[in-house]
Amino acid sequence: MAAPMLRWWCLGRRWLLACIDGGSRHGRGAAIGFTSSRKRGQTSVAQQPLITSQKSRKGEHEWAAVVGLEIHAQISSNSKLFSGSRVHFAAPPNSLVSFFDASLPGTLPVLNRRCVEAAVMTGLALNCCINKKSLFDRKHYFYADLPAGYQITQQRLPIAVNGSLAYSVCVGKKPSRVITKTVRIKQIQLEQDSGKSLHDELRSQTLIDLNRAGVGLLEVVLEPDMSCGEEAATAVRELQLILQALGTSRANMAEGQLRVDANVSVHHPGEPLGVRTEVKNLNSAKFLAKAIDSEIERQIHELENGREILNETRSFDYKLGCTMPMRDKEGKQDYRFMPEPNLPPLLLYDTESLPPGADPQQVINIDWIREQLPELPSETRERLIQQYGILPEHSFALLNEVGLLEFFQNVIKETRAEPKKVTSWVLNIFLGFLKQQNLAVNESPVTPSALAELLNLLDRKAISSTAAKQVFEELWRSEGKTPSQIVSEKQLELMQDQEALEQACHTVMEGHPQVVMDVKRGNPRAINKLIGLVRKATLSRADPTAIKEILERKLSP
Amino acid sequence: MKGGRGRHCGVSAALKQGQITPTELCQKCLSLIKKTKFLNAYITVSEEVALKQAEESEKRYKKGRSLGDLDGIPIAVKDNFSTSGIETTCASNMLKGYVPPYNATVVQKLLDQGAVLMGKTNLDEFAMGSGSTDGAFGPVKNPWSYSKQYREKRKQKPHGENEDSDWLITGGSSGGSAAAVAAFTCFAALGSDTGGSTRNPAAHCGVVGFKPSYGLVSRHGLIPLVNSMDVPGILTRCVDDAAIVLGMLAGHDPKDSTTIQDPVKPFTLPTLTDVSELCIGIPKEYLAPELSCEVRSFWSKAANLFESEGAKVIEVSLPHTSYSIVCYHVLCTSEVASNMARFDGLEYGHRCDINVSTEAMYAATRREGFNDVVRGRILAGNFFLLKENYENYFIKAQKVRRLIANDFVKVFNSGVDVLLTPTTLQEAAPYLEFIKEDNRTRSAQDDIFTQAVNMAGLPAVSVPVALSNQGLPIGLQFIGRAFCDQQLLKIAKWFEKQVQFPVIQLQELMNDGSSVSEIEKLASVSLKH
Repeated sequence: MAAPMLRWWCLGRRWLLACIDGGSRHGRGAAIGFTSSRKRGQTSVAQQPLITSQKSRKGEHEWAAVVGLEIHAQISSNSKLFSGSRVHFAAPPNSLVSFFDASLPGTLPVLNRRCVEAAVMTGLALNCCINKKSLFDRKHYFYADLPAGYQITQQRLPIAVNGSLAYSVCVGKKPSRVITKTVRIKQIQLEQDSGKSLHDELRSQTLIDLNRAGVGLLEVVLEPDMSCGEEAATAVRELQLILQALGTSRANMAEGQLRVDANVSVHHPGEPLGVRTEVKNLNSAKFLAKAIDSEIERQIHELENGREILNETRSFDYKLGCTMPMRDKEGKQDYRFMPEPNLPPLLLYDTESLPPGADPQQVINIDWIREQLPELPSETRERLIQQYGILPEHSFALLNEVGLLEFFQNVIKETRAEPKKVTSWVLNIFLGFLKQQNLAVNESPVTPSALAELLNLLDRKAISSTAAKQVFEELWRSEGKTPSQIVSEKQLELMQDQEALEQACHTVMEGHPQVVMDVKRGNPRAINKLIGLVRKATLSRADPTAIKEILERKLSP
Repeated sequence: MKGGRGRHCGVSAALKQGQITPTELCQKCLSLIKKTKFLNAYITVSEEVALKQAEESEKRYKKGRSLGDLDGIPIAVKDNFSTSGIETTCASNMLKGYVPPYNATVVQKLLDQGAVLMGKTNLDEFAMGSGSTDGAFGPVKNPWSYSKQYREKRKQKPHGENEDSDWLITGGSSGGSAAAVAAFTCFAALGSDTGGSTRNPAAHCGVVGFKPSYGLVSRHGLIPLVNSMDVPGILTRCVDDAAIVLGMLAGHDPKDSTTIQDPVKPFTLPTLTDVSELCIGIPKEYLAPELSCEVRSFWSKAANLFESEGAKVIEVSLPHTSYSIVCYHVLCTSEVASNMARFDGLEYGHRCDINVSTEAMYAATRREGFNDVVRGRILAGNFFLLKENYENYFIKAQKVRRLIANDFVKVFNSGVDVLLTPTTLQEAAPYLEFIKEDNRTRSAQDDIFTQAVNMAGLPAVSVPVALSNQGLPIGLQFIGRAFCDQQLLKIAKWFEKQVQFPVIQLQELMNDGSSVSEIEKLASVSLKH
């Protein structure tokens, strides 16, 4: 799915929410989040009684928000973390369940090598320190879709620690400035996914699907280094791109391969951190930023009205646009952690520590995985800027859409047009068409070759840019035709006959003496009117620059 | 030491030479199972499966394509090992009617060798106990209660009339397996050993009970008690047989990540003729005040025997022994609390009728499914794992466990080859006597000499030594270095030969003594001289 992704408005500022009145809060609602959710975001914020009823308290303390994230990424692997069952998204319920996944007594976990490699690779890409020895633990809680009554995770000694994730936000209006921010990564741990509970309200039954039970997860814990929903959403987006570039997770939020929980608190700068709440199941890119911001607002509102923040788990109700306490997580949970006795410590090696004569099938070499690391999104963007001289924000845009970069590079390969021209066409016109029709790049009716050919025609001035847009529309509508065919069918070639163009200019000048007079009197805009008239007379087939040249010559004293 | 074994030759050789066919052998055992039904050794008798397996074995013998020493040999398996298509209950209401869809690795290995599975043996519920008295299917009775040796001694005493209520426990928790082997209903049985559950009933039933090194034999399919201590145990009528079965079972299992990677070669146990190079350690902490005089005297006789044959016998110290049982209790209950969490009535096993909420269903299912012992251990374990208790109990117990393991390492590093200890404090107790104390107290008493070995993951074997004044078996335990299982069995075999433990005389028990005595002649798998 071509999920609508982050844009960068005026980000990276401090929260000064205490001074914000109802009106400007609407503005903020619009500034945060995702393009496609903008409208909905505005209305739902406006509908919140909580916000409209709040009195503004100008001149009071500022508030600062602190946001940390726990992100669960499903590992892209053929089989589950501890069993041989296949991993597949839309298989029939309970068709991918081994005896171990169903927790039949006597079954034992066997660690999947691929999942370990994915964790190591992700850890390296996120600048983590890879622990050469890590341990597995059991985390106990009773839940119908957790058949063993515990989840195997890495609580004490996870596979990777102390990393960082850099993400960029664009600040200010044109020309915008790209600011790189960093969030520290506390740890990455390997753990099992749970099954799914399907509640049949009608018959008041719960049905359990264990297909997902035991699928490998990477839990990535981001330190509370973020201060608003949009920062969090941008960091998540960057992580998503990294995972996809590595191939360690498909990281598709709609399919539940990337799930986010946020820890949110507010405090006055300079004072200790406030009590935090955990906002669970932020499983849509659309509502991630919005949920966090609404929780920040709620906490401020509570505190300003003299109430306390409870250390609780909440979930985001996207219909109401606010977070609600989660009923089934009430009460103190004690997970009664215990070492998993059926899995020996997970030992990893580097080239230096590799035991001589070790069976390559039995050991994992961190250095070898490091060599396999592909180009990461930040490196790709840097390369695009260097190679094609495009703007930083354009490099972000190219990576934000699945397949867009590849499309762009294929156009570049086949066209003589300037990279900047290509960028502008791909990001404005091509992407615009896709968005309008809600299509993914690979669903586009226009191929990279067709666009390349069109840009070639434009580049050698065979057509005007207006005509080019017309050709593009035709291409979009009628598959199979080449741009040249469309140009000749619709007679969109630029007038190459200089004499005829001179004549056309002459006729227009004759017919509009008043405008000519305006030009001569020094009205700079008047000449544009003449150009427009000439273009109209030539059925838009004349090059406006050429027209301007002729007119200026004829009008010069 | 008194007594002496009857003459018998290996059943394996008899099968090979055609003196008896696998089907005949299977039928003899089945008929003995029926005759000894009152012992309650078996929860499930898999008669049909057994006869079919025997028939297939017979075909192989006829074609001269026997699979090896175990082909056609009747075996029994404790009812906490998963058996494909055969009900596996753990002697718990929770798993009544549960039929696993797969075989435990050890069961599969035995079947692959042509062994004939007679049935599933009784135990304490989920192997929690030391008497085989606390299962959902009732207690196991010790065959020695009905032996000529014991009966004759009882007659001399005034209260000998009340014979039926005076039967003895087997010890546990693998009491069904021990009784099954002792009563000749099979030639070998699988037990499990977490704190002594194989060795303890072996000692009480006068059979060999072997606990392999942790990691040598796969636990896949063994329904766990304490994963970090459980090992499949082997019960046989002689050490050679235990070695044969071990040879079939040992080795890496890709389904159990805690098994050793190094390949294990099949082996036959060499006969040790000279013990003068050996150093036998006698741990002084095992001289417990509760140890009966008789056991103590057999223990010192055994030490003298080694010394008189030229072995070096020294007193050694395992200083942390006294902390072992309480430490075992914390670790055991903690893992139990965790392992039992899966029994929630959803995927398999018992489910109550209550359906007002998932939580109410869980609670009622678990209350109905588990006995008091299991529920008590779950409660204790969850208490130890609570955040505020974890450091004080679980972590501390783990540290003590390391100290206990180190005690053994130090002793073995000092040049000791094996340790010689008692297996139990005394001979088997009468049931009515035994149940005067609760399960926890009994387990703490009865596991005293055995559970430290599980904490350290070492191999150990209980070998029957002699009969007590009451005419009941007494066993002694040898403890070996980790993964030196073969050397341990080699020494145990030498010792077994010296002591000539008497054969149980069950003739009076049967209406016709014939069937027992026939089987008796084929008492072991291996060829005896």
